[in-house]
Amino acid sequence: MKKKHLKALLMIVLSLALTLTACSGKRQGESTESQITIGIPQDVEDSLDPHKAVAAGTEEVFFNMFEGLVKPDSDGNLNPAVASDYKVSEDEKIYTFTLREGVKFHDGSLVTVEDVKYSIERCADTSEGGPLVAAFSNIVSVNATDDKTIEIVLAEPDADFLASMDTAIIPASNTTPESVAIGTGPYKFVSHAPQESFVMEKFDEYWGEAAHIDKVTLKVCANTDSIVMNLNGGSIDMFSRLTATQVSQLNNNFEVLEGTMNLVQALYLNNGVEPFNNEKVRQALCYAIDKQYILDMTSDGHGTPVGTSMFPAFGKYYMPELADYYTKDVEKAKALLKEAGYPEGFSFTIKVPSNYTPHIETTQVIAEELKAINVDAKIELIEWETWLSDVYSGRKFEGTVIGLDASSLTASSMLLRFNSDSSKNFINYSNPEYDAAYARAVGTTNQEERTAAFKECQQILTETAANVYIQDMAEFVAINKKYAGYEFYPLYVQDYSKLYIVGEE
Amino acid sequence: MKRKKNFNLIIGTVLTGLMLLLIVTGLFFLPYDPETMDIELKFAGMSPAHPFGCDNYGRDVFTRVMVGARTTLLVALGTVGIGAGAGILIGAFTGYFGGWVDEVVMRIIDALFAFPSILLALVVISLLGNGKLGVISLLLGSGKYQVILALGIAFIPSFARVVRSEYLKQREMDYVKNARIMGCGHLRIMFVHILPNIMPVLIPTVMIGFNNAVLSEAGMSYLGIGVQPPDASLGRMLSEAQTYLFSQPSYALFPGLTIVLLVLGFSLLADGLEER
Repeated sequence: MKKKHLKALLMIVLSLALTLTACSGKRQGESTESQITIGIPQDVEDSLDPHKAVAAGTEEVFFNMFEGLVKPDSDGNLNPAVASDYKVSEDEKIYTFTLREGVKFHDGSLVTVEDVKYSIERCADTSEGGPLVAAFSNIVSVNATDDKTIEIVLAEPDADFLASMDTAIIPASNTTPESVAIGTGPYKFVSHAPQESFVMEKFDEYWGEAAHIDKVTLKVCANTDSIVMNLNGGSIDMFSRLTATQVSQLNNNFEVLEGTMNLVQALYLNNGVEPFNNEKVRQALCYAIDKQYILDMTSDGHGTPVGTSMFPAFGKYYMPELADYYTKDVEKAKALLKEAGYPEGFSFTIKVPSNYTPHIETTQVIAEELKAINVDAKIELIEWETWLSDVYSGRKFEGTVIGLDASSLTASSMLLRFNSDSSKNFINYSNPEYDAAYARAVGTTNQEERTAAFKECQQILTETAANVYIQDMAEFVAINKKYAGYEFYPLYVQDYSKLYIVGEE
Repeated sequence: MKRKKNFNLIIGTVLTGLMLLLIVTGLFFLPYDPETMDIELKFAGMSPAHPFGCDNYGRDVFTRVMVGARTTLLVALGTVGIGAGAGILIGAFTGYFGGWVDEVVMRIIDALFAFPSILLALVVISLLGNGKLGVISLLLGSGKYQVILALGIAFIPSFARVVRSEYLKQREMDYVKNARIMGCGHLRIMFVHILPNIMPVLIPTVMIGFNNAVLSEAGMSYLGIGVQPPDASLGRMLSEAQTYLFSQPSYALFPGLTIVLLVLGFSLLADGLEER
């Protein structure tokens, strides 16, 4: 009897010992690979095609996997990437790029001029409506002059053309770019579990400075309320774009960096529907709102008030004086509403994507401020996917609070969408004066004239109160002190390749 | 003869009474406007002027709890109203008549029952939200009370099952047979004769259903698909307070406590009624 017990005990101890060794063995295996888990507010789009990505949240992730002939850096300069050098002809009509030698795609093949030609022509293709990259409508031809030189001929001179050359270069042999992601970036695609995670791995044969961390896992944190808990609990190591209140609750494990988001947060109004097709109504809303008050209420005063569709990172194009064009004046707002035929006010619905806490908070303050002029703003929280399909693509909305960013650091990337015939003009803004000023800006090679014309565009947007402009939001990045190297970009991108583990590099 | 005191009933009545007092008072008098923001009072602590403190927009939490409890109660009442109303009808007809209609309807109810009620409510909300059931959204106003309809539908199966099983039992009883011999119509038997007799079972079911409805409303609003901001509801407040759980615990504490007291009150009341 006793012996039996002993045997059983021995068995248990042995099996326990076995399991334990197995565990520790696994743990050792994991620690050889450095990794970071980063929270993102919304899922990356289903399609992995970099040319067809529309959401900023997708583009900022793809920045790590795909590169163009040139690539922006954190100071806003465009540096040669897949191309090693470029020349611009004097009339700014012919751009000649020399391919960098030995640049490899994630599948191991070398980048050839055919791939470049394919990628550019794919984005310039107009067979399905407009070209994928708006600036490419200007391209006359793309010629491979020899096996490492490519020449792009434009119909009209375009000084900003280079900025759109950050368009991803993808292999011509990849027939299914929407499901197979092959680029030249420092990270390559591993897996994507919708609504859950997006995993990337360091690309060992990257042409430039290789990434420091082997594996980057992006975790979708659609419920904004739980972000602080996820950070404090350690299930995510980093989160960009936190609000001031969220930051104040983080524990000591985090380094908090402050920058600006480089976007224009505004109450975007559908200029195509009643009552916002009336300029006076839009102006009345502008007069009813105190931007600084919103900042104080939602972010303890952090952020930069803006008055038009342009943010400070744009430097010479940015007009800070427009931020004060409308100062809060309830009486004037009421008078304008009366002139417009709404002496009793009116009610409308603001649709807000439910995963963006900052936009929801701003909306609540706006709704409260609008009560002073008898405008009843109802708030409707909708899912991000619904926002994309109904508000952005379908244009079925009255007002929405969102931040619009620039896909490249050119004035046109912010201002193109307000042309009356632009496919991105989801607010249905239509103003011949604006169209004329914009056409003048893109039609000239003279830098001064160009800047002046773009400024005129902004001025028109502000004067006609296209939208109720609010701010370029303060961006707080919380990063676990185990990691460092985060860099702010003047664009809406995240560069994971610069991150490293403290003490290892 | 000394009767044992029914503590459940007493405590339940007191708690529910307190909550109702808070809600009814809120109809006539609120200390502050529930939506007016005040930057000076942002995250103000507990004080005589603001007994529950203020939230992240400087709104008085006590006022919002009063309004929020009203919203939550309204949603719960509506939910139980729809759920119990439709449930009693379905249960009565299927239980009383039986036959193949009973089989078919009960299998459908079983299928519905297999879904968690929140999930079912989510489906209804997303249908309503897309405007596919435009008429209903119109009847309920701009989507504010969609959640009532959604939860109500989700609650039908549980009521229908209870009522049906009672009707199955009751229809074999002598008083029902007597009534039939005396020439009463089926409808009269169902609702005048049988219904009062199943009340002892129905009332606790309604009470428990009511509690579940309060919790479901809180859950739905917590997920951001129930009551829309800036309207206050207890669940919505909890959801907003979650971000400030560590810096301003009182903001989450009071709406949470209110939910607990509301649910506890009704639970004890239901238990007490059953004991009597």
